[in-house]
Amino acid sequence: MTARASRIGLLVVLAATVAVPLVVSNFRLFQFTQVAIYAIALLGLNMLTGYNGQISLGHGAFYAVGAYTTAIMIDQWQVPYPLTIIAAGVLCLIVGFLFGIPALRLEGLYLALATFALALAVPQILKYFEHWTGGSQGIVLSKPNPPWGLKISPDLWLYYLTLAILVVLFVLAHNLLAGRTGRAVVAIRDNPIAAGAMGVNTALYKSLTFGVSAAYTGVAGALSALVIAFVAPDAFNVFLSITFLVGIVIGGLASISGAVFGALFVQFVPNWAQDISKAAPWAIYGVFLILFMYVMPRGIAGGLWLILARASRRGTARRA
Amino acid sequence: MALLAVRGLMAQYGWTRVLHGVDFDVEPGGITTILGANGAGKTTTLRAVCGMVRTSGDITFDGRSIAGRATEDLVRLGIGHVPEGRGTFVNLTVEENLRLGAYGRASRNGIAEDFESVYRYFPVLASRRRQLAGTLSGGEQQMLAVARALMLRPRLLLLDEPSLGLAPLVVREIFRIVRTINRERGVSVLLVEQNAAMALALADQAYLMETGRMVRSGPAAQLKQDDAIRRAYLGY
Amino acid sequence: MEILFQQIVSGLATGGIYGSVALALVMIYQATDVVNYAQGEMAMFSTYLAWTMMNAGLPYWVAFFGTLVVSFIGGVLIERIVIRPVERAPILTIVIVCIGLLVILNSVAGWIYSYIQKPFPSPFPPRPIVLGNVVFGAHDIGAIVVTLIVLAFLYAFFRFTTLGLAMRAAAQNPASSRLCGIRVGWMLAIGWGLAAMVGAVAGMMVAPIVFLDPNMMAGILIYAFASATLGGFTSPGGAVIGGLIVGVIENIVGTYVHFIGTELKLTVALALILVVLVFKPSGLFGRAAVHRV
Repeated sequence: MTARASRIGLLVVLAATVAVPLVVSNFRLFQFTQVAIYAIALLGLNMLTGYNGQISLGHGAFYAVGAYTTAIMIDQWQVPYPLTIIAAGVLCLIVGFLFGIPALRLEGLYLALATFALALAVPQILKYFEHWTGGSQGIVLSKPNPPWGLKISPDLWLYYLTLAILVVLFVLAHNLLAGRTGRAVVAIRDNPIAAGAMGVNTALYKSLTFGVSAAYTGVAGALSALVIAFVAPDAFNVFLSITFLVGIVIGGLASISGAVFGALFVQFVPNWAQDISKAAPWAIYGVFLILFMYVMPRGIAGGLWLILARASRRGTARRA
Repeated sequence: MALLAVRGLMAQYGWTRVLHGVDFDVEPGGITTILGANGAGKTTTLRAVCGMVRTSGDITFDGRSIAGRATEDLVRLGIGHVPEGRGTFVNLTVEENLRLGAYGRASRNGIAEDFESVYRYFPVLASRRRQLAGTLSGGEQQMLAVARALMLRPRLLLLDEPSLGLAPLVVREIFRIVRTINRERGVSVLLVEQNAAMALALADQAYLMETGRMVRSGPAAQLKQDDAIRRAYLGY
Repeated sequence: MEILFQQIVSGLATGGIYGSVALALVMIYQATDVVNYAQGEMAMFSTYLAWTMMNAGLPYWVAFFGTLVVSFIGGVLIERIVIRPVERAPILTIVIVCIGLLVILNSVAGWIYSYIQKPFPSPFPPRPIVLGNVVFGAHDIGAIVVTLIVLAFLYAFFRFTTLGLAMRAAAQNPASSRLCGIRVGWMLAIGWGLAAMVGAVAGMMVAPIVFLDPNMMAGILIYAFASATLGGFTSPGGAVIGGLIVGVIENIVGTYVHFIGTELKLTVALALILVVLVFKPSGLFGRAAVHRV
């Protein structure tokens, strides 16, 4: 697939996403906004787990931090919402980086366990600091009005805002991961000792990746607080973190497009499962998960890559 | 009739073809060696015989075709494989390693006798029988790997680069024991080696491999004089 | 003082259950490098099968051993049918399959048996056992004994039988095991079968205490994780001892430290996990992974 073809393909996709609100209902628009938010969160997790090999079962925590940062700043201090998004990103960057430092000592399974414990603890901690977080009741927000007097609904504005932020963050991630930084990050995943021996500051990169990954997910959380206009502790339980992990594996590890595929999966497949069976929808979901992994062990992005590789190989053979 | 006959063997790792049609025989009771520089495909050849790589071509053992069968089934037919890097169970004792070697035997009879004879061939293993295999030296682990393959009562013994990482004295000792086993028990041997001199001193038949193809074959004594070996290793 | 003893014994009983599930987790982890997140749900499902058998009129111990047999076969089948297609896939892929399995088992159990809690009988008499001034529940003592018997059986199996040796070998070094004629795939399947059996025992021992419902094992799974972390994921014995310690700590903290209610008991388990990971990631008895360059 030539670079030109993929660029044209991307523009087509972008045009389609911009045109989506014209053809779908308000509820669907909400769902697609949610997809975009998940895609940002999944890209964050993918950077850490897919590209850098650090397994996190606790990214729901950063999502929660981002969401509550926005909620608290708006609710308590009436901060304009764009600033809260930035604040969420910066705060999560710092928190993620700080978490990445002790995480340096933990490998694979043990890091997964530590982050898992963190994810489990989040709802409890949120309920404990009632004064700030509103406890179990949570915090109710009102959706921001579109700026510059635009005559569109807040939902539509939020959709385009999320889309714009998604594009910016994806381009940023692409540039980071395609260059020296990306190669260092992947080298650390594949062979940390060799990477270190070649002069890569493993510790710094691992912690930074944690921070950036957390920042992305935090921004996603902030956006979700605005879109749903409500935050409550039970929405950020361990199941959310597991959903994120499912998302990146199904979408495709170490793949930017994988984040979008994964987001589509985690948003829509549970609904389809419900349509198929009211009695045991999660059983159907589980079957989907397992079948997906049989057919595409490297996720949707991985599967597509294989198909394209085989097609181009056959093309080359024919030419020869 | 050859004990092991290989014709047109091709093998690949993923998309990379490593063997491009390899032919060779191992005569019953004989010691055959395959020589070649690093990367020639020698180890892949042994792994192909044992069903550990994707292959195409004909592999016949004792008149029966074995191509495409699973490793554990081939082992049970009497092919003992001493892999590159020894492959010992480092967290198990010497005795447990040997017991596992006997797992694939056709018959449970005579295991105790085989323990005795293996300890006779390799006295150092007897003295370390309750030690964890990982605590043994490189040479001792190589002996353990050969001993473990012997516990199978194999008809054919595959040795993959036994000299790798070992002092010459140790290698000589191991080769001496392999010759003894071959003479005393009639175990046929297929030896893959980088160390051409030592391998040619041990073997009856020799083959030379270069980037996935056989370039020379013949009695070992004959190949010792052949320039082709130097060319294959050193490129001139 | 008597209360302390009672709490310790009670803690050992639940700790034995945590340790059993932890043992099942560690057994599969050692063989496959995969944590079987569905372990708890498999145990829960086995317990429901036992309940069904008892409801059909079978006496307790017949149902108990029947369940063990069915669980063993179930574990073997799950490994051969569900896990085998992804055996060589990246680890996270297998993790997702385990999560899928978890979700299916939980959902199907809820569908067949509903989410209403059911009582589950204990084979031990409700009469308390009195030793001097101290009173013990018969079920607690019974659970400890059953756990010990299961562990002894497993230990003897792995240590003294050829099959057990072959399974250990297959877990440590699959390639070399094949060269010994060991059918590694089937060794894995038997491992899953044994783990399922151990989980079933744990489920049947804990159900009389917490009542049977599809979400019964979720909390226990987390305690099992804490136990395996404490004992070391590379040490089966350590996992069991870790379980006993966790059980005792949970009970003592719950009784003597007053602001820890039932919700925060879970946080204690989590704090334990984090503390262990910070100071000694490989656990009390585990071996630190040595990376050969």
